[in-house]
Amino acid sequence: MMPFLLKRIGTGAITLLLASIVVFAMLDVVPGDPARMMLGMNATEDAVQALREQMGLNQPLIMRYMSWLGGFLVGDLGRSYTYSVPVSQLVAERAVVSLPLALLALFLSTAIAIPVGLYSASHRGKAADTIAMGASQLGVAIPNFWFALLLVYVFAIALRLLPAGGFPGWTAGTWPALKALFLPAIALALPQAAILARVTRSALLDVLGEDFVRTARAKGLSRNTVLWRHALRNALIPVFTILGLQFSFLLAGTIIIENVFYLPGLGRLIFQAITQRDLIVVESVVMLLVATVIVVNLLVDLSYAAIDPRLRGT
Amino acid sequence: MSLLEIEKLCLSIHGKTILDRIDLSLNQGEVRALVGESGSGKSMTALAVMQLLPYGAMTTGNIRFDGRDLLHASEDEMCALRGDDIGMVFQEPMTALNPVKTIGEQVAEGIRLHAKVGRAVAEERARHILDRVGLPESRFPLTRYPHQLSGGQRQRVVIAMATALKPRLLIADEPTTALDVVLQAQILDLLRDLVHESRMGLLLISHDLAVVADMADQITILRAGTVVEDGETVRVLSEQLHPYTRQLALASTHVPEIRKPPASTIASANCEKPLLSVTNVVREYPGARIGLFGRAPSTRAVNGVSFSMHERQSIALVGRSGCGKSTLARMILALDKPTSGTIEFEGVNLVGKSEQELRPLRRHMQVVFQDPYGSFDPRQTVARVVAEPLHLLDEKLTVQERRDRVAEALSEVGLSGADLDKYPHEFSGGQRQRISIARALITRPKLIVADEPVSALDVSIRAQILDLLAFLNNRQGVAFLFITHDLSVARAITDRILVMHEGRIVETGDTSSVLDQPTSDEAKDLVHASPSLHRALKRRMQEQG
Amino acid sequence: MAPQPTIPETQSVMRRARGSKSFMIGLAITAIIAAAAALSFVWTPYDVTQISIGDKLKPPSLEHWFGTDHFGRDILSMIMVGARNSIAVALVAVGIGMGLGVPLGCWAAARGGWLDEALMRLNDVVFAFPALLSAIMITAIFGPGAVNAIIAIGIFNIPVFARVSRAGALALWPREFILAARASGKGKLMITAEHILPNIANLLLVQGTIQFALGILAEASLSYVGLGAQPPMPSWGRMLFEAQTMIAIAPHMAIFPGLAIVMTVLGLNLLGDGLSDLLDPKLRRQK
Repeated sequence: MMPFLLKRIGTGAITLLLASIVVFAMLDVVPGDPARMMLGMNATEDAVQALREQMGLNQPLIMRYMSWLGGFLVGDLGRSYTYSVPVSQLVAERAVVSLPLALLALFLSTAIAIPVGLYSASHRGKAADTIAMGASQLGVAIPNFWFALLLVYVFAIALRLLPAGGFPGWTAGTWPALKALFLPAIALALPQAAILARVTRSALLDVLGEDFVRTARAKGLSRNTVLWRHALRNALIPVFTILGLQFSFLLAGTIIIENVFYLPGLGRLIFQAITQRDLIVVESVVMLLVATVIVVNLLVDLSYAAIDPRLRGT
Repeated sequence: MSLLEIEKLCLSIHGKTILDRIDLSLNQGEVRALVGESGSGKSMTALAVMQLLPYGAMTTGNIRFDGRDLLHASEDEMCALRGDDIGMVFQEPMTALNPVKTIGEQVAEGIRLHAKVGRAVAEERARHILDRVGLPESRFPLTRYPHQLSGGQRQRVVIAMATALKPRLLIADEPTTALDVVLQAQILDLLRDLVHESRMGLLLISHDLAVVADMADQITILRAGTVVEDGETVRVLSEQLHPYTRQLALASTHVPEIRKPPASTIASANCEKPLLSVTNVVREYPGARIGLFGRAPSTRAVNGVSFSMHERQSIALVGRSGCGKSTLARMILALDKPTSGTIEFEGVNLVGKSEQELRPLRRHMQVVFQDPYGSFDPRQTVARVVAEPLHLLDEKLTVQERRDRVAEALSEVGLSGADLDKYPHEFSGGQRQRISIARALITRPKLIVADEPVSALDVSIRAQILDLLAFLNNRQGVAFLFITHDLSVARAITDRILVMHEGRIVETGDTSSVLDQPTSDEAKDLVHASPSLHRALKRRMQEQG
Repeated sequence: MAPQPTIPETQSVMRRARGSKSFMIGLAITAIIAAAAALSFVWTPYDVTQISIGDKLKPPSLEHWFGTDHFGRDILSMIMVGARNSIAVALVAVGIGMGLGVPLGCWAAARGGWLDEALMRLNDVVFAFPALLSAIMITAIFGPGAVNAIIAIGIFNIPVFARVSRAGALALWPREFILAARASGKGKLMITAEHILPNIANLLLVQGTIQFALGILAEASLSYVGLGAQPPMPSWGRMLFEAQTMIAIAPHMAIFPGLAIVMTVLGLNLLGDGLSDLLDPKLRRQK
């Protein structure tokens, strides 16, 4: 196996481990006794103590961390204090909303941004480039939740084309479910697409200034052929880097957007859990989101090796 | 009719005139050199022929290739010509190839485009031309990526790309400037053979008269965008009718006049304690990681080097690129640590000393780097740049004293004290190298290590800097260790020479005797590959009778 | 050899600044918003704490330029006071990020080896927590409020500045002028102060405006979900949250605070773009 990949996978694993310690430690210092929370203020001290024992809260910190982490690795996230169901079940129910939303947004943003960036770079300085870059400058500045409000106003209230919020569930059929996710995905995707389009354009322009582009032109390749065959692949590294970063913004964005559209996703779950002080749910969802961010960035780094032979070693 | 005919070519970029009424012609099977110092417009002339000028360029005049008007050709017509009838080789082989495509893909791409053949046929032809340029498939399969090749090998790939379709015109823009002399000789031989084989016209752009004297039938000398002289190479360079031609020729063979009596220094050197003695120095770099725990064997950049030098001596450390000479220089300057061995300066071993313990030694040991652009902090004025080593003095200087010392150092290198508050970028390359020398001089060092101090400079400026260095060595008694790949520099200003090859010193001796009669194979290679204007002219005059 | 980029003196930067459209527009927008925020300390058209139900949900008019909200409060006045909050949160968060991130990045670059590796791993860990997520965690522990929002956004800024300054410093360390400084006996700390920091100041300034803009957006998101500034302190995000339920009958409640955010972020981004064009020698050389 190649040294770059091994090193990157190793550091990814270390990052995950450290992040899990941070999550566990931060929520362990939270004031308030979960056992007391579950049983209510009227419960006797004995009952609370018994529950603490049962939940393993009396064990030393390190043991609790180990068993939490061990459970996490096999998919056992513990039981929610308030819902009294396994957290994994709660998370799974909500993830079927959040994950498709994030992926749809990622797809939309890439599908819009890359062609715009390519077109702008190949028409540098022309009117189309100026307009696209002006629009993207504006797009970067728009907060996604405000954009969501405007979309709701225009498409749901004024035009009545799409639902203003709520989620019928996948059981109601793929089309109604997708329809409910469409506006939220647009609201998430457009500001990200604006950033991505700018990065794509500037990465391409950087590459087009390189010596090897001139060599390719001296071979008789036209400007556009060089852009497609030589520049694009070299420009992909900064583009993928931004895509990786965007995924983390998209995840955070879903938390907000789910609140605008009343979608029963992980974002809503985490807010409900905070108000109910259901810490094990907060802990699990945060850890899950952080792990996703780390894994996605690891995948992005690994994709560099596919793009650039210099990272593959010899 | 000539193959290439340039008439009254004028070029301006964003309104700034670059070329002014250039005339040039080149016949089938002929080599024409285009010579000039940096900024003379020689590369822009080449790019104008290729119609690959930068954004904002405006041209007037005529460029005819085989009777076709290139300045008014459409982009499609140019694409059909480039790489097929006109090939081009660039200066910098390290960046001229796409890092994410194999050499096979890159060579075959042009063949597929112009010859309209399938992938298999194009690859077969790519294999053939790569073999022809000295990259046989057995050792360099088509699936190699550029980063797996050395600079010289990459330049061969670029040449393969440019000549794959046997163009009638080949333009080579400083094709060997980034390579060491041995590689330069090999690449020039290759170009000469390829051009001869298929009767190409070659437009060879160079700053080096010695290279040109060896290669070119015709020569055009450019200066600040205008043609100064043109004609048959041997005649132009031997008669030197135009004062600028004469100036260039003199500067490129320049030897400073101030020479010390060699006998006395060598005699006194023998009895004195050495200023610097390097004993069995080794510098190892760990190999690349292989797998989880394994490592490739470590490489020895410097492998058991010993030598010593005395006060007032001037020594050249020469060798091909990558031979370890710069690594050795850094260890002598205590900027890098040897893996083993000792380096004694003024009788004190530098190895293992703390920065604090090194302070009194550093005062007597300074450095001049190659790049007159990169060796200054762009945000500091000349006064601050030059004053930096004063940090090594024990006494605390007042602001006025510092300025006085800086002004003194500047005047020693021929600059005015009025330049104190300017920024380095306000000076020309040669002036910057003077500032760099002033910085090295300000603590009155006994040794200056100069890493390729003139190789980034134009010939006329180079000659002035060599004079200055010779003056400092002979009149002020500063010892110099010159790191260089250029034997003419070594011959011009040093008494002794060390020839380094693959981390070892393979030959030492008096500079003139080693250069005139090298004994080791490595030194012979270097000497024979080094271009020399006199030798080239003599050889060609004999050939012509 | 290609000439190395050089940095001209201050005068010519000022002269070129006046010629740069994006820099001037960005500067103007940013200045107007900062001025409005400063003015709100001494004067606003109406008192933002005064509830007057009789004036509620009025559309924009001559008396209330941006209309009124569901409590009859003047939206322009609330936007002016809210600007104060947004700017303060984003500015302090950038300060935290720079104050801790830049020294860490410079230290990692100067020392190298295992320390660099360890600091960068820590960076990765912090980076894995999107600002909003760490804000949620922090508020889950310490409760919502402007100070916690600042901390959450500030923590997220640390690795950003650490990465930028480390990358900038690593590119400088092998340069010949740094070697010359080392040959002059200067230590790593001194070289960092005299050569590294002045040469990465451009990068940091540009990154600073970008993070400032992102901070404004993050603060708005946090207060939108109720984790930022608490009532009665007006904040842009909170105004949008309140506008959400009224969107069908009073869209102006949503439009103006949103425009305030967009203009501020746009202004800062233009300023950052202009600065990087003005200060980045590489870009300038291409022109």
